[in-house]
Amino acid sequence: MDAIKKYLGIVWILLGVYAGYDRITDSLTKIASDKLEDRVFGWVVLCVLVPIVVGGLILFGTYAWQEEYDE
Amino acid sequence: MTGKKAKVQPAISKRTLFSVISASSVGTLIEWYDFYIFGSLAAILSSQFFPKDNPTAALLSTLATFAAGFIVRPFGALVFGRLGDLVGRKYTFLVTLVLMGGSTFAIGLIPGYATIGFWAPLLVLLLRLIQGLALGGEYGGAATYVAEYAPENQRGYYTSFIQTTATLGLFVSLGVILITRELLGVEAFADWGWRVPFILSILLVGVSIIIRMRMAESPLFSKLKTEGKISKNPLAESFGKKQNLKMVLLALFGATAGQGVIWYTGQFYALSFIQKACNVEFVQSNVIVAVALLGATPFFVIFGGLSDRIGRKNIMLAGMLLGVLTYRPIYDKMYSLTDLTTRQELSDAQTISRKLAKQPNGDLLTTSTTSHFYSDGLIAKDIEKTIATSKAPNSPSKPELTKAVVLPSRSFWLMIFLVFIQVLYVTMVYGPIAAFLVELFPTRIRYTSMSLPYHIGNGIFGGLTPFIATALVATATKANEVAPGSVEKPYLEGLWYPILVAGVCFVIGLLYLNNKRYTTADD
Repeated sequence: MDAIKKYLGIVWILLGVYAGYDRITDSLTKIASDKLEDRVFGWVVLCVLVPIVVGGLILFGTYAWQEEYDE
Repeated sequence: MTGKKAKVQPAISKRTLFSVISASSVGTLIEWYDFYIFGSLAAILSSQFFPKDNPTAALLSTLATFAAGFIVRPFGALVFGRLGDLVGRKYTFLVTLVLMGGSTFAIGLIPGYATIGFWAPLLVLLLRLIQGLALGGEYGGAATYVAEYAPENQRGYYTSFIQTTATLGLFVSLGVILITRELLGVEAFADWGWRVPFILSILLVGVSIIIRMRMAESPLFSKLKTEGKISKNPLAESFGKKQNLKMVLLALFGATAGQGVIWYTGQFYALSFIQKACNVEFVQSNVIVAVALLGATPFFVIFGGLSDRIGRKNIMLAGMLLGVLTYRPIYDKMYSLTDLTTRQELSDAQTISRKLAKQPNGDLLTTSTTSHFYSDGLIAKDIEKTIATSKAPNSPSKPELTKAVVLPSRSFWLMIFLVFIQVLYVTMVYGPIAAFLVELFPTRIRYTSMSLPYHIGNGIFGGLTPFIATALVATATKANEVAPGSVEKPYLEGLWYPILVAGVCFVIGLLYLNNKRYTTADD
């Protein structure tokens, strides 16, 4: 089980990177929109959600890789 | 999770314990009530404070909606969490209650945009920011306070009473709005009656403050204080040390993010789906959600108590897994209950009615309603509204078309059952989570450490659910306009966001969370 937790650390890091790429491209599209609601929503995702998801998952994955969550 | 053996906690009488729970729960319930009435009355408030023809006011309106909903809640968690670990739980969550109640009351008193112009939306935004900060500080304090009084082996049961308050707050807010609207009439309510639920808040907050003032500080915090073991810098200890930060991340990605999306899907997206995708009329849709909420509320306590015996992890993860597996069939069934294409209309029974109403500004509002009757008892109304201004009475505005479906008895109860199932998932993920978070962190930095992952998970991951889900549905609908039939059932596309987040959270929780109770160094 500890080995699975450790190697899944890479998955969480990659998931963080992918989620960041996906959300950044999506929010940039929204920021360029004509609609005010879309623009605000785009900025909120870019400035609030992206740092938490990307930073959090990469850090969590790193800790998992470093076997910090082993029994 | 230090592995040290737990110390024996002094026995607290059941009477004291329930006084503590009552004081904490009533205050938290009122905070949620205050928080929800703004959302429930958003349409009326936007016409009172944020006219659409003014771009600056419209920007403030959008910010006000986002701000308190989730952006500032984590900051409130940091500010008040730190305060709670430095000066104590009791005084901190007393301050948050005053801030929340005071700002809600003040929203009820702000003159409309027509009277004070730009100041109206600005003041509302400011008060919404205070509400969000207060909410960010309240929950952690209440959960910590109750948990620190409760016996170690019954923390799930006793803290679950706090967990009922969010749902009850929503229920009470819906109830107060519906009753006030019923008593005053739709027009008077839209004109000035919407202020009543806001102003009423001050009475409830006053009572709650009196109750809370009589309570003593939590025994565990008092003990730490006496021993001089209080943290000097809770923020640095919570997030600057790897040992604690790794648990904050585990709490976020292994529990609270999944809990947040399940919570918002069951309690908010369900209502929005019933109103917007299914077009069920305003009162009936609110009654559906209110009855489902009321029916499921006792399960917070049932699952909270059960978590003391079979583990918090098992119950929370089961709730997430059920959501992942069943959301699409549940929402598909909800949609089918109002799908007119599969029904037989009784064409002879169609009726048309017209109503004229003079607006306060002298404009004339014409409402034409065409009612279609179906063989199973369902009624679908096509409502067309036009406004003729006093300046140009002969050239009315472009008609505004809306649909409203009234469900027959069987479909109505089936819809309630489908929402009830979703709220049941909410009770599974949410009932045990206060005890889970409390046990994950040591007493000296507990308020700070647990508040942040809770409010990021609940507020940001969960709070974004309605917006991301709506955006996903819009993208799917647009794709179908370009290439018809390219997305099957576009109305279900919004569910991918909660399914994905809850799915990832389930896997992380399953592998990394420990089912046994975490024991902390100070307990």
